[in-house]
Amino acid sequence: MISYDIVIIGGGPAGLAAAVSAREAGVDKILILERDKELGGILNQCIHNGFGLHTFKEELTGPEYAWRFIEKVLEAKIEYRLDTMVMDISEDRVVTAMSKNDGMYQIKAGAVILAMGCRERPRGALNIPGYRPAGIFSAGTAQRLVNIEGYMPGREVVILGSGDIGLIMARRMTLEGAKVKVVAELLPYSGGLKRNIVQCLDDFGIPLKLSHTVVDIEGREHVSAVTIAAVDENRKPIPGTEERYTCDTLLLSCGLIPENELSKKAGVEMSRITSGPVVNESLETNVPGIFACGNVLHVHDLVDYVSEEAQRAGANAAKFVLAGGTEAPKGHVVELKAESGARYTVPSTIDIDRMDDLLTVRFRVGDVYKDSYVSVYFDDERVMHNKKRILAPGEMEQIILQKKKLAEIKDLKTITIKIEAE
Amino acid sequence: MERKELTCIGCPMGCQITVELEHGEILSVKGNTCAIGDKYARNEVLHPERTVTSTVVVDGGDKPRVSVKTAGNIPKDRIFDCMKEIDAVRVQAPVRIGDVMIENVVDSGVNVVATRNISAVG
Repeated sequence: MISYDIVIIGGGPAGLAAAVSAREAGVDKILILERDKELGGILNQCIHNGFGLHTFKEELTGPEYAWRFIEKVLEAKIEYRLDTMVMDISEDRVVTAMSKNDGMYQIKAGAVILAMGCRERPRGALNIPGYRPAGIFSAGTAQRLVNIEGYMPGREVVILGSGDIGLIMARRMTLEGAKVKVVAELLPYSGGLKRNIVQCLDDFGIPLKLSHTVVDIEGREHVSAVTIAAVDENRKPIPGTEERYTCDTLLLSCGLIPENELSKKAGVEMSRITSGPVVNESLETNVPGIFACGNVLHVHDLVDYVSEEAQRAGANAAKFVLAGGTEAPKGHVVELKAESGARYTVPSTIDIDRMDDLLTVRFRVGDVYKDSYVSVYFDDERVMHNKKRILAPGEMEQIILQKKKLAEIKDLKTITIKIEAE
Repeated sequence: MERKELTCIGCPMGCQITVELEHGEILSVKGNTCAIGDKYARNEVLHPERTVTSTVVVDGGDKPRVSVKTAGNIPKDRIFDCMKEIDAVRVQAPVRIGDVMIENVVDSGVNVVATRNISAVG
């Protein structure tokens, strides 16, 4: 069996950044496995700009952002295999992969970094009634068709869901000559960035209907019309509010789900909130030597944060490998909890002895909060109380913990993040 | 007097801002809750600009299209004219990031440049 120090599953922004930082940390034999025919992941089809403001202090398009990291991977001569599908990861880190050229084979990995990204929520998960004709696409599929393959999915479009990809595709298809008739959003607010609502919808006079959903799809062979209706506070359609739009295309932009089938096979413990692995301060899962980063861990809104997180995963995986594949002895472990408005935290636990001097903890809120406080409790004592003008589910939040502050408290058991009105 | 309503994009607050104008001069900016909103509203009302991104057909490349962007902002009301120029262009592989696809698009003084690499094949 061939062996590598670190095997990285996925050659998107997370996998690329993890590979580069693991190499910088001194690991020699690194392999990236990518199922697409090129590196860069989903960034290649995100041709709009706005990436990289945090990392590079300039606005790049997706392909340009990806290239900055691909270039580093090439310069560092890090090995990668394209058109390669990983079929299985075992608990003792044997990776089973498959490709057209090499058939099925196994690789023994010193450490594994999960960087598979996420997938769009499909129609089957949305309970939309009506026929099942051609012409229904996830927004990301339409994005790939238009931007990479050069095909237009249709000419008259209705979009369900106001996630950023849906908003971006509303503009993209409008620029290419399609008529986007309406964007319907089930929730009373959009999960998309304000900038995208203004520059992708308002700029082109595309209406955004909040608290609306699709109640019927017509067309036996191909979509011919879509009916949307207003929903009540329980998200149930209100009879009598139906509006019918003739169209040939329905795009779905209804959320992203981390793609963790492989993680589960490896025995990785999953979070029910994020649908991603439960990780510690080193971004390591419950299976020693298996790390996770990027959208497979939790869905991010900015790729800059994916890169930063992946660099940490790469550095920590390197530390694990260079220590001979053994765990550093367990120290003082503290549990992180998200309560009253905060939905989850990444990581879920912190080993104070093993953590870096500063640790970024990321979390999301479950609703829109105005003029509220992000509070952090060390056990029962409130130690942070930061006023925020707005908190929204679509915007990832973060706090930074200092090792020396945590180490001061002898019997610290739990760190809790809460959203408080005052 | 003219009134313009806009949504601030400075942060997730999305303040609804009302700008009052007369003869192209801003009389007042209201509804914003911070300085970012004031600056955004003034720019957006007097000189609205956007970056346009799209794709251009490539001949002889390892991919059928190359992604492109305007290297700077162009006036917002020229977006569709810019798209027409982009759609009329065909380029020959290879293409490198930053290669100029269109010079001075819609007389804006801004070039349209490639945003990814395409290798020549065949």
